[in-house]
Amino acid sequence: MPEHTVRSPLPGVFYRRPAPDQPPFAEEGAAVTADQTIGLVEIMKQYAEVKAGADGSLTAFVAEDQSVLGAGDAVATVDVG
Amino acid sequence: MQTLLVANRGEIAVRVLRAARELGLRTVAVCSEADVGALHVRMADTHRVVGPAPATRSYLDEDAVVAAALDAGADAVHPGYGFLSERASFAGKVVGAGLTFVGPSPEAIRLMGDKVLARQTAARAGVPTVPGSDGPVATVEEALEVAGSTGFPVAIKAAAGGGGRGIRVVASAEELREALPRVQGEARSAFGNPEVYLERLVQRARHVEVQVFGDGERFVHLGERECSLQRRRQKVVEEAGAPGLPEAVRERMTGAAVALAAEVGYHGAGTVEFLYDPERAEFHFIEMNTRIQVEHPVTEMVTGRDLVREQLTVAAGDPLSFPQEEVRVQGHALEFRLNAEDPDTGFLPSPGTLARLHLPGGPFVRVDSGSEQGGEVPPFYDSLLAKVVVWGDTRETALARARRALDEVEVEGVATTAPFLRRLADHPGFVAGSYHTTSLEEWMTDSSEAGLARRSA
Repeated sequence: MPEHTVRSPLPGVFYRRPAPDQPPFAEEGAAVTADQTIGLVEIMKQYAEVKAGADGSLTAFVAEDQSVLGAGDAVATVDVG
Repeated sequence: MQTLLVANRGEIAVRVLRAARELGLRTVAVCSEADVGALHVRMADTHRVVGPAPATRSYLDEDAVVAAALDAGADAVHPGYGFLSERASFAGKVVGAGLTFVGPSPEAIRLMGDKVLARQTAARAGVPTVPGSDGPVATVEEALEVAGSTGFPVAIKAAAGGGGRGIRVVASAEELREALPRVQGEARSAFGNPEVYLERLVQRARHVEVQVFGDGERFVHLGERECSLQRRRQKVVEEAGAPGLPEAVRERMTGAAVALAAEVGYHGAGTVEFLYDPERAEFHFIEMNTRIQVEHPVTEMVTGRDLVREQLTVAAGDPLSFPQEEVRVQGHALEFRLNAEDPDTGFLPSPGTLARLHLPGGPFVRVDSGSEQGGEVPPFYDSLLAKVVVWGDTRETALARARRALDEVEVEGVATTAPFLRRLADHPGFVAGSYHTTSLEEWMTDSSEAGLARRSA
């Protein structure tokens, strides 16, 4: 199966959860759709959603929760299909 | 009080450090790993790194900041604004560690931080509140009954929200029925408290706030500020005083703010926010902020009082250094928030290196900034680069000075809102001083000659 790399649209801090006391947007191994939100990137208190970008199975998060990303950095991989 | 730790960054950390140094205090800065080279760190006598770049793991880490204070031998902590400034739990930890918290008691922070309790306290102090539910509403039936008296549209607000967060406006009973459980659920996850209350939506209202000060026994005000020019509920320009506010309204509003401060035995600097309906000449309490505000310099410019110095001396146990009779407002002041955001791309944040930074100066111009040429604007924190504050003996003089000052701004390396602010300073609605909380966003969609929709290039 082809692999799709999800990339951060902006530089900033990556969050896997909508709020600290909430479950993650997506778990590893879960089925995702292209327009599904799998995380947030915060830049200067503005939040951008990170979309899966492809239908398939989310194989792994490359970026750790609350880690610092550059624009275009890999966030996760999706097995397309 | 001998050694003060400043639990913040950027311009407000610099502002507090200046006041502390003028009082002869030893100073401790905190910073994240991303801010080690920042101006506020160099200005302090010593500093402690409290964590990695993301604010949640550094500036918002209550235990790390308290540990830094103890480690550096601080006996007092100033929280600035934002970050930990209105967290009762943090104030409690500071006090619990045997240190002085520069601000009100944890109880006062908690009381005013809960919007339902704050509203009830205001009502008890005789301060008019926006018509709505007298406490939290639990069920759709209760909410519909309240809406029957307030009318539609009505705002559903999270008790633990504030600053524009946790608010939903509904226009009909049907929408209310659908939205109530959702807003409760969102409030639980966002603020850890599902309680919501209802308030009439006052349209075409102005946001006018009163600066108060207390030492636990005496309570004063330092006049009002007009803060209606907002974009996405974030203030863009503030004024002292509020243009066109009738003197009788000003007197009642400042009196109400002092009454609320007295009701809670307030200690330190606070701001009581009101919605003012110019058509009915009525004002209603919104919330009280238990900290120094971003826009405090406009009040300092028209009163000649150093509010941060007063915070420090009152926290050290001194009585207020001035009675109400000695507070005199002279002239007019304006503050423009210069942000590292690109007005031509929908105000996208613009972090980067400040290859060039020239900020205005000259008579009656004050610039508060934590940035400097060659420094970094990190992507992790808010986008405020500098506050350009001007004073004039009249509003007209202040406006002319503001235009002159904004023309002097030169920034390279990051995009800023300077061109947008400069055009705003010429806008007929702003010049006339007749605007309300949605005016700026209306002007921004106006593509006529007077409007702000045109791109700056």
